[in-house]
Amino acid sequence: MAIPRGKRILMRGNEAIAQAALDAGCRAFFGYPITPQNQIPDYFAAHMAEVGGVFLQAESELAAINMVYGAAAAGVRAMTASSSPGISLKQEGISYLAEAELPCVVVNIMRGGSGLGNIAPSQSDYFQAVKGGGHGDYRTLVLAGWSVQELYDLTREAFEVADRYRNPVVVLGDAMLGQMMEPVVLPEGVVDAAMLPRKPWATDGATGRKRNIINSLYIHAPDLEQVNLRMQKRYQEAAEREVRCAMESLEDADIAVIAYGTAGRIAVSAVEQARAQGIRAGLFRPITLFPFPERELAAVADRVKAFLVVELSLGQMVEDIERFVAGRRPVRFLGRTGGVLITPAEVVGAIERLAAEAKS
Amino acid sequence: MTDVSAGQRVVFERPQALEPVRMHYCPGCTHGLTHRIVAQMLDEFDLVEKAVGLAPVGCAVFAYDYFACDMVEAAHGRAPAVATGIKRVRPDLFVFTYQGDGDLASIGMSETIHAAARGENITVIFINNAVYGMTGGQMAPTTLPGQRTSTTPFGRDTKLAGNPIRVSELLSSLDGPAYIARVTVTNPRRIREATRAIRKAFRAQIEGLGFSLVEVLSTCPTRWGMSPGKAITWLEETMIPYYPLKEFVVAEALRESHDG
Repeated sequence: MAIPRGKRILMRGNEAIAQAALDAGCRAFFGYPITPQNQIPDYFAAHMAEVGGVFLQAESELAAINMVYGAAAAGVRAMTASSSPGISLKQEGISYLAEAELPCVVVNIMRGGSGLGNIAPSQSDYFQAVKGGGHGDYRTLVLAGWSVQELYDLTREAFEVADRYRNPVVVLGDAMLGQMMEPVVLPEGVVDAAMLPRKPWATDGATGRKRNIINSLYIHAPDLEQVNLRMQKRYQEAAEREVRCAMESLEDADIAVIAYGTAGRIAVSAVEQARAQGIRAGLFRPITLFPFPERELAAVADRVKAFLVVELSLGQMVEDIERFVAGRRPVRFLGRTGGVLITPAEVVGAIERLAAEAKS
Repeated sequence: MTDVSAGQRVVFERPQALEPVRMHYCPGCTHGLTHRIVAQMLDEFDLVEKAVGLAPVGCAVFAYDYFACDMVEAAHGRAPAVATGIKRVRPDLFVFTYQGDGDLASIGMSETIHAAARGENITVIFINNAVYGMTGGQMAPTTLPGQRTSTTPFGRDTKLAGNPIRVSELLSSLDGPAYIARVTVTNPRRIREATRAIRKAFRAQIEGLGFSLVEVLSTCPTRWGMSPGKAITWLEETMIPYYPLKEFVVAEALRESHDG
């Protein structure tokens, strides 16, 4: 059954992510069951064969990410999805993919942690996503959406970015975004996987060329340093070209709330309520968490009096915000942890306190 | 190819699938012999341009420098999962892993069993030398009872350190494998038997029959603390009684035809 395109349809976040991957030319998905992301593998199980791709339920998260490593090495757009505890298990493979300069997409539908935690929405994997996650001197590029439509758009983009920088890209959602249904419009145009350019570095049979080796072992230290510096250069290029953010009501704002994903949705309601009370508040919402929209944030810091960082964690992104703002403005934090959602009223209260503080 | 003058003929030479480089293996180690057999099969089935080999973590970590086909270095124990990823998206490629006992039967046992159970159409060359060579001679999952290693300095006490795993027997209980055999390379006759087994394992994949694995009992004179000659004797006298040489699984299609 062909899915309707070019008009509003109702889709669950997890399903929109899977459809976006198919539309991006992803032709290999490997995963292991974990709540709250199970609709992603379910969707591939039902629909991957229609486009001639590979769906395989792996025996573990370790196996799944290593199957992605193999498919990516063979030059195919490949993906895995999981939720927080499962993403921890995948970190070994993500580190190898990064050092071997292999593109792939990893979706994390975050849930409450640490440990087994729970299956409620959370943002406590920020550090893991933007600081590397596994061992070594690498980063993953991180895209965080706040709606079903944006998760669709970002997942499609993630495959382009992964190929462009030959690096794993993480798409961050959470239990709320993955499970909820919203109207989305799927574009008419999709990627024809067969028309994607052949990757000259892929291990897909040394026919008519020298053999290729995909490897993350560089026993001679200066060789490894060169590879790591090459990766670092790509991250700098990504920082020049790929950063994205959204701003709401910041033109005349005194208080800038900074939040991404589900926290951003809560914060935008709070900003509206604060405005209704006469407080000039606005929202700065990073969409790329790594590389972070530092310049855009710096421009906001020139205009506002103070920042309020809102996260579904006990404070992870706020450490980066403090680093970027570098003492030029006060930075306050509001967060709930363990899968507990923040209410707009809590955010409004924090905005009010900060507005009073900024005035005095 | 070797230049041959009139009246001479080549009876033995380096396989084209083996890079003309010096290997890092210790004197008396049988990795080189097994590499040669694998390369010979890559030549025989004309696979160099369509094969992808998976190097493990362990003594064979640099295998990607030795085989002339495309090569991928896998994380420790994960080669069967990586091979699965390659083979599933490109079933036209010939995909083989080359793994040691720690890699395959300890940290990678899950990936091994599940690839075998799925009947994944890949070929696994499993080097069992009953010890961790690269890291300094620690106990392997296949270390024999009583065998001394750096982590069983008084000999493997099975009450403390558990029992060895007979991988070929274990995997033979599954429905996925098309070919499983245990061989060794301690003398010319055994090398010919090993070659026949690896040929069948290659055929299993080429003919799409499913998972194939050849376990090669191998020497490690360095970590066993023996001369190369004594290591061969120890393998023959100590390892083979515990790990019998035989074909455990032979798919019907591999039985009928002449296998050289």
